[in-house]
Amino acid sequence: MLYSEKVMDHFRNPRNMGEIKDANGIGEVGNAKCGDIMRMYLKIEDDIIQDVSFETFGCGSAVATSSIATEMIKGKTVDEALELTNKAVVAQLDGLPANKIHCSVLAEQAVKAAIKDYREKSDKEK
Amino acid sequence: MMYIYADNAATTKMNEKALEDVILCMKNEYGNASSLYTIGQKAKELLEDARARIAGHVGSKPNEVYFTSGGSESDNQAILSAATIGEKTGKKHIISTMFEHHAVLHTLEKLKKRGFEITLLPVYSNGIIKIEDLKNAIREDTVLVTIMFANNEIGTIQPIAEIGEVCKENKVLFHTDAVQAITHTNLNFHEMNIDMMSISAHKFHGPKGIGALIVKEGVKLETLIEGGAQERNKRAGTENLPAIIGMASALDEAMKNYNENNEYIKSLRDKVQENLSKISHSKINGDIENRIPGTLNICFEGIEGEALLLLLDDKGISASSGSACTSGSLDPSHVLLALGLPHEVAHGSLRLSLSVENTMEEMEYIGEAVADVVSYLRNMSPVWKDLQEGKRNYVI
Repeated sequence: MLYSEKVMDHFRNPRNMGEIKDANGIGEVGNAKCGDIMRMYLKIEDDIIQDVSFETFGCGSAVATSSIATEMIKGKTVDEALELTNKAVVAQLDGLPANKIHCSVLAEQAVKAAIKDYREKSDKEK
Repeated sequence: MMYIYADNAATTKMNEKALEDVILCMKNEYGNASSLYTIGQKAKELLEDARARIAGHVGSKPNEVYFTSGGSESDNQAILSAATIGEKTGKKHIISTMFEHHAVLHTLEKLKKRGFEITLLPVYSNGIIKIEDLKNAIREDTVLVTIMFANNEIGTIQPIAEIGEVCKENKVLFHTDAVQAITHTNLNFHEMNIDMMSISAHKFHGPKGIGALIVKEGVKLETLIEGGAQERNKRAGTENLPAIIGMASALDEAMKNYNENNEYIKSLRDKVQENLSKISHSKINGDIENRIPGTLNICFEGIEGEALLLLLDDKGISASSGSACTSGSLDPSHVLLALGLPHEVAHGSLRLSLSVENTMEEMEYIGEAVADVVSYLRNMSPVWKDLQEGKRNYVI
C-alpha cells in the first residue's frame, strides 16, 4: 500500500472537516497550482483551542495530515499548538511516503497561519 | 462489491487463449531457438510463425519485426538508431511533440547532450498536431520525426498517414509509438509510410515484458543489447518464446473481432462519457472524434485526482489520473499541460480506459460512483467553496 492504515483512516473518515462559522482564527496555505490548499479554522477562548476544523483541496495525504493536525491541537493552548511540527504529524500518521512529506509541512503551516490570524485579530481588538 | 478494471491504457488482463498458449509453450517448447537439434528448431519455427502473424496484422514483412521487451525499449532503440544515422550524415535535428510518452521525451532529452536539436510541436487544445506545423519544422538537417499514433492519456489519434507522406517527401525518417493505437484504430505500417513503429503486447491483452519494433527494410537499426545473433544481430538474448507466442495470439484474438470489439468499447465509453459530462464544471480532454474508442479523459474543477482515485478504489474502481500526486512530481501530467489546461484543472483529471471485458452496467456504476466522490471531495475543498462564492473564477 501507498499509505499506512492510519493515513487511509484519516483520509476516509476525516475528523473535524468543514467550516467553523464563528472562527476567530483562519489560516490558508498552499496553492491550487501545486495541487494542495489547506484552510484551518480555529475557535480560541481563554488562550485554549476550543474548536478546530479544516477544508482541504489535495491528495489523500493532504487530507489525512490536515485531519490529524486538527486532532493534535484541539484543547491545547495556543503556545502548545505552535509547537506542532510536521515531524510529529508524520509520526502520528505512522509515516508518509517521501514525496508526501510536504503535505505534513503544509499542515504545520496551516496551524501556524491560523494562529497568526487569530493573534492579529485579537491585537486589533485591544 | 463490484470490481471494475478501467485502466486498460496502463495494462490489460491477459486474453484466455493467449494465456493458454503461453503456458503450453512454457511447458512444452523449452528449446532454445538458436539450437540446431529438433526441439530448438521447433522453437525457431514457432518464433518465426509468431513473427509472421504479427507482421500480417501490422502490414509489414516478417523480417521487419524485431522483438523487444516492450514499448519503452522499442522507442529507445528507434530514436537512438535514427540518432546514429543522423550523426553519420550530419543531420542532428529531431521533431517530436510536446505530449509524447516519456520513453520518447527522455531519450530525446539525452540526445541533446550529443548535440541534437529537438523541436517539439504543439498539440493544441484538441491534442492533435497540425500538418503545417510539421512541414514548417522540417529542416535540411532533420533526421527523424517521432510522433505517437494515439496518446496514452487522452487517446487522440494523430494524422499518421499524412505525417508519413510528409516525411517520405522530405526524406526524413518517421517513427511512431503505436502502443496505444494498435488493435484500436486502422494501422498499416507500409501504407502509412512509417519507417519504425513501437508496439507492446500487454496493451492488447498479451503478456507484459514483450513488444516489438517494426523497422522498414533498409533502415539501419542500432544494437542496444550486445551478446548474440538473435533478432538478426539487433537484439541479443535468448528469445522469450512464451511471451512472443502470447503476443501473437493476443493480437490474433484482438484483430479477429476488430470491428465488433471497437464498436462495443466505443459504446461503453460514450455511455460513461454521457454520464460523467452531467457533473457540473467538468471538461472532456482531447478531440471528441479523433480518439481511440476506449479512452475518456475528463477534468473536474475544484478537486484533486489522487484523492478521487483512492475513493474510487474504495468503491471497487481502478482508474488513473494526471494529477501531480499520481505522476510522482510536483507538476501535473505534461500531456494535460500541453493541451493548455491550467495546473489547477489538470490536477483534477480522471482517465478511464475500457476494454471488451467491461459492461454497460459497469458504466452506470462508474457514473454514479464518480458523481458521488466528486461531490464529496468538492464539499471538502476550499477551492470549490471559493469558486461557488465567486472569490475565484471557474476555468471550466
